[in-house]
Amino acid sequence: MKKGIIAVLAATMVATLALTGCGGAGDDKKSEGVMTYEEYAQAALDSEVVVETYVQDKQGWWENEGVGMATFYTQDKEGAYFLYNMPCSKEDYDKLTQGTKIKVTGYKSEWSGEVEIVDAVFEIENGNYVAAAKDVTSLLGQDSIVDEQNKYVSFKGLTIEDSGDGQAFLYNWDGSGEKGSDLYFNASKDGKTYTFTVESYLRGQDTDVYQAVEALKIGDTVDMEGFLYWYEGINPHITKITVK
Amino acid sequence: MKKRGILIVTLVSAISILLTGCHGRKGMEAFSMPEQFDESKTYNITFWAKNDTNKTQTEIYKKAISDFNAIYPNIHVDLRLYTDYGKIYNDVITNISTGTTPNVCITYPDHIATYMTGDKTVVELDEMMRDPRYGLGGSEVKFDAPTEEEIIPEFLAECKIGDGHYAVPYMRSTEACYVNKTLVEKLGYTLPDILTWDFVWEVSEKAMETDADGNYAVNGQKVMIPFIYKSTDNMMIQSLYQLNAPYSDDNGNIGIFNDSTRDILFTVAEHAKTGAFSTFKISSYPGNFLNAGQCIFAVDSTAGATWMGTDAPLSDIHESKKAHFETAVLPVPQYDTANISMISQGPSICIFNKDDNEEVLASWLFVQYMLSDDVQMAYSETEGYVPVTIKARNNPAYLDYLSREGEDNSLHYDVKIKAAKLLLDNSKNTFVTPVFNGSTSLRDASGQMIEEVTKATRRRIEVDDAFIDKMYDNMKSLYRLDVTRSAAGNATSTEQSELPTESKSLLIILAVVWIFIAGYVLYTYSRNKSC
Repeated sequence: MKKGIIAVLAATMVATLALTGCGGAGDDKKSEGVMTYEEYAQAALDSEVVVETYVQDKQGWWENEGVGMATFYTQDKEGAYFLYNMPCSKEDYDKLTQGTKIKVTGYKSEWSGEVEIVDAVFEIENGNYVAAAKDVTSLLGQDSIVDEQNKYVSFKGLTIEDSGDGQAFLYNWDGSGEKGSDLYFNASKDGKTYTFTVESYLRGQDTDVYQAVEALKIGDTVDMEGFLYWYEGINPHITKITVK
Repeated sequence: MKKRGILIVTLVSAISILLTGCHGRKGMEAFSMPEQFDESKTYNITFWAKNDTNKTQTEIYKKAISDFNAIYPNIHVDLRLYTDYGKIYNDVITNISTGTTPNVCITYPDHIATYMTGDKTVVELDEMMRDPRYGLGGSEVKFDAPTEEEIIPEFLAECKIGDGHYAVPYMRSTEACYVNKTLVEKLGYTLPDILTWDFVWEVSEKAMETDADGNYAVNGQKVMIPFIYKSTDNMMIQSLYQLNAPYSDDNGNIGIFNDSTRDILFTVAEHAKTGAFSTFKISSYPGNFLNAGQCIFAVDSTAGATWMGTDAPLSDIHESKKAHFETAVLPVPQYDTANISMISQGPSICIFNKDDNEEVLASWLFVQYMLSDDVQMAYSETEGYVPVTIKARNNPAYLDYLSREGEDNSLHYDVKIKAAKLLLDNSKNTFVTPVFNGSTSLRDASGQMIEEVTKATRRRIEVDDAFIDKMYDNMKSLYRLDVTRSAAGNATSTEQSELPTESKSLLIILAVVWIFIAGYVLYTYSRNKSC
């Protein structure tokens, strides 16, 4: 009897997980009036867009002139949506944990190549989905990597290169910062070098990834995960790094 | 690589802490000049400094600290670096409420007006400046410091709030219009020495013409934003100043919501609609577009000159995207070319009050050191800044630096030196806006209106009188500009003329206590009487 109850509970848990995501598919059917990712991708800049998406990560909450806001990395099964400075209360910000489904209405915009939704409003909906990191290592240096913009991605087997002055990383892009600033570091694959960032508003100085990057040495081989942010080219915001 | 300017702060909350936090703290005594400066005693000074995400600037700060310490071994300066004025502002406000302000801080006078809402928080410098021993160029100062007369008077005056000086200027810059002269001439125009707004709009519209393939004819590319403005608050402020139209006055009265502002906004909307105009917040750094041949008029600070032009030593765009063109560095567009005006901006330095007057004096000595020739020349040469002292400007080494314009694309990068010369030649044509508690919000609102109009137009929302009226109301409400304010940080808004809730509660409690005491006295008196 006891075993039977456990089995039923386990089956229920599995079914729930399958339905709500955690790397799984999730119910990604769009509501009435909501764009598919393809429709969003085709939408003109400065046009109003309505999407349903899932929070994958978030930068720090801040308040300006009494209006709270934060920047979110979100994704559905088809593609990713970067929500720049979306107004939200601190209470709602705390509710927007990884996987939370939201309906977002805002304007499609582009800033230095980064396609994003600005001046957005949102409502929390039922549903949960956490995207698995997509390995884009083979796309490094290719134009088609732009199709993966803003997605949660991974890079495997890269080599840490000199970031300047013999350092494996810099505080700020040119080393003008100090602990707590954004971290910039270079890593290469197949003879080409790319710049990666630990965005301090996303992962601050007390986080594992920040400290791991501070401990990097030139020549280390690393696997990384993060969001494929764009600034005049790829500028991934790294959230996890493993030295092999 | 530059970072988009967002700021993880809680400004309103922090200001609330500042405004209410003082009630519970024992007020500090105002600074008074100590009889002696005890050089056998060790002083630890904290210095919060701002750099333009520029490693050379941080190295100059470090060298200045080291050199100063060699002269005053008993004064140790601890540097904390920032790349954003807003972050310093927020951190200072938070630390005022906890009594942990830095000793010395890079700042803007607008911000000092808010800091001054704390009781005697910021040191009035006049007494120290004029002290014969430790004042500017005083007899006991152990290095070659400038005298008060050797500080550019216009820049020193910018640091006067109310009746006193609460800062000294550190560096000064202005805005410049960095022009792709090659494309202007390709469009059939001759670039004038002084740009007018009409000229810039006309050329910008001409640049929007496309060829049969849908490329912009002038550059053959799919992207062209002829006119991009980095700081739209400056765009509005300078436009109003040039038109002699109201913005605000020294008493903090807000005048910006007027018909001149409305006309400026309609003009912005007209050119945003065709795509001829955009802003940093909407599109990105003007320099990125300029250097790619996708912008003709890029307005940015002279302190950003090293990012502007084909041969700019700093760049965020890939080498393969760079266009080759001649860069002209001109004053911002003008309404009246016979009477040009441009904003004065750049960092100043203030000193925070401490219980130990000698610690404040040690801070003051360090501040003076930051005005010495070596520091002034070295820092100004990192960007299109200019020294704030006549002494440094006349220094042969600085004059030599200026004379070598274009010798190389690093220290003597021509665009950078041209930008510095632009301000050196126009120091008399600069202006600043009145400083009061709330002037920062007014500045924010002035830029936000241009942003809102530009965004709305791009989104095909009609910008008409009704739109502007509604936006005026929104700005007044959001930035709390619908209240009367007073100068020098002593806010007396209509909202604040009412007693704070804490004070009201205290008064009510006092009244209740007095009623109880009176009742008890009456009760005792009547009992005694009945006995």
